[in-house]
Amino acid sequence: MAGHAGRSRFFLATGGGGVLGHGGDHMTRYEILPHTGDAEFRAYGRTLEEAFGNAALALASLMWDWAKVKPRIVRQVRTEGRDREQLLVNFLGEILFLLDTQSFLVGGVDGLRIAPGEAGWQLDGRFLGDRLSGGYEIHGGVKAVTYNDMRIEEGDGVALQVVVDV
Amino acid sequence: MELRKISEIAWEIPKDGDMKVPGLVYASRKLLTGVENDKTLTQARNVACLPGIRRMSYVMPDAHQGYGFPIGGVAAFDLEEGIISPGGVGYDINCGVRLLRSDFTEKDLEDRRRALLAGIFEEVPAGVGKGGVTKLSRNVLRDILSRGAEWAVENGYGESGDLERTEERGRMGEADPAAVSDRAMERGVPQLGTLGAGNHFLEIQQVDKIYDRPVAAAFGLDAEGQVTVMIHCGSRGLGHQVASDYINLMENAFGTAGLPDRELVNAPFRSGLARRYYGAMCAAVNYAFANRQMIAHRVRDVFAKVMGAAGGMGQVYDVCHNVAKVETHELGGLRKDLCVHRKGATRSFGPGRPEVPAVYRSVGQPVLIPGSMGTASYVLAGTREAEGLSFGSTAHGAGRLMSRHEALRRFRGEQIRDDLARRGVELRAGSWKGVAEEASGAYKDVDEVVRVSHEAGLGRLVARLVPLAVMKG
Repeated sequence: MAGHAGRSRFFLATGGGGVLGHGGDHMTRYEILPHTGDAEFRAYGRTLEEAFGNAALALASLMWDWAKVKPRIVRQVRTEGRDREQLLVNFLGEILFLLDTQSFLVGGVDGLRIAPGEAGWQLDGRFLGDRLSGGYEIHGGVKAVTYNDMRIEEGDGVALQVVVDV
Repeated sequence: MELRKISEIAWEIPKDGDMKVPGLVYASRKLLTGVENDKTLTQARNVACLPGIRRMSYVMPDAHQGYGFPIGGVAAFDLEEGIISPGGVGYDINCGVRLLRSDFTEKDLEDRRRALLAGIFEEVPAGVGKGGVTKLSRNVLRDILSRGAEWAVENGYGESGDLERTEERGRMGEADPAAVSDRAMERGVPQLGTLGAGNHFLEIQQVDKIYDRPVAAAFGLDAEGQVTVMIHCGSRGLGHQVASDYINLMENAFGTAGLPDRELVNAPFRSGLARRYYGAMCAAVNYAFANRQMIAHRVRDVFAKVMGAAGGMGQVYDVCHNVAKVETHELGGLRKDLCVHRKGATRSFGPGRPEVPAVYRSVGQPVLIPGSMGTASYVLAGTREAEGLSFGSTAHGAGRLMSRHEALRRFRGEQIRDDLARRGVELRAGSWKGVAEEASGAYKDVDEVVRVSHEAGLGRLVARLVPLAVMKG
């Protein structure tokens, strides 16, 4: 899986919702799906890294408008997992951890690298964002990222499906 | 899925395949329509396949689809052959409800409702990413994880009578702070004494209707129009992190092969990992008890300041909605210790159980069931028969019917505020979008949920409470 070691850059300081233009061809970053009790989304990317980055934005969109968050602060993210599912849970969990401990809001993701590592899989990258005190509206809370109905689908691109506990 | 009708309010999921026991759903036809349309029944069936499960995989009247176990799922496991599962407790460990009574009447509050709500909004931090007003050291946090509400009362937050009127006296003795990760501790430090967001709320209410006067009086609920305060919140990021940590640890230790849903991951109850999870879970339970204790204290302060009198704001009770506990139950004519998981369910012990506080032992424990935002909440009393029907458990709320996404499409927060205002209910919230997500139209009919609980014998109706003022995170 050489593609997974490649770098991708897809941070946007502005722009709306889950749709992103990629040099003319429009690609959906993520979709929020109906779920009775919790919240569910699908995130897309041409690579695993891009899909992970878009999953981060999908998660953020359940709590705040990530496109409005100014990229004032950079937070390194490094996490691992025994498989890609656990890697995804741990990666998205970082966003909740940074919110709770530093009131940090993710507005973008930069330089994600995913590669096989000691524990199975390893992820390195950066979150770009701002502190909550920057005057942002928080419209919802997410308690945790779950494995429930999680899917990692690979074809021409990568699709990730995640249910979060809200 | 085929259901076998037992009565108008009880439906069996017959045992087949890998199921070790049958499932049992407590629901009217109306409530059943909700659970048949999502994965609730499949999830209850999955739980029935877990090792060491005893008697039945139960589904409470307010159940809806969760992850791993359904929300509103109750399952008990043998201590030798069975398991403990973080997904059977949920991420918000000891999400629960505390109810305060008062000597104030709705008329006493009159024009001071807005001032009370503003005062509480000021004193009780709510919403996402909002830290508490108390600076904590790691050492103090460890003490809180060990001692729960007891720590809070000793440090000036509340009265000793509160402890007696709290499930587990506000402290689970098996708590092991050393089993709580640094990350969980880090999330717990800034959040003690905060309400959080989502479905968490704080309500000033009045007693609207009393169904059982002697029992209501025993609970301190004397008459219609009496003011009460309900606090609904949990263990915040600390509890969420404990659940996430141990789901990963159990996956790494025992793998996920053969599980229909990774959220069902578990550990044999007698394993070292299960013991550590139980210790960490109890620590998170204690954090949540301390959290509600501190919030209740601030609410009393605000009332005393605004009303100019303390107003006899004693505690009715404080219950857990998400927890696993070792309890003694009758099984095949023998008394046996079992690990009872209640995920979105309330313990509903009847008269005589030693776990029920002495002050309530002759009538059964109070069961607190919050409605959705702006609707009625209920106080029930636990029953003896519930032990045989559901390991002494009943519903925990209204139960969602519609996704938050759909609710956002259909409702507007400002509109809900105006509708409530027309009914004389004040609303303060951190976010109007958050209000729309929690619109009462997105929830099941709580009246129907408690009716089924009452008729099935899971918990008897005592009183209905309606909101006067609502604060949402």
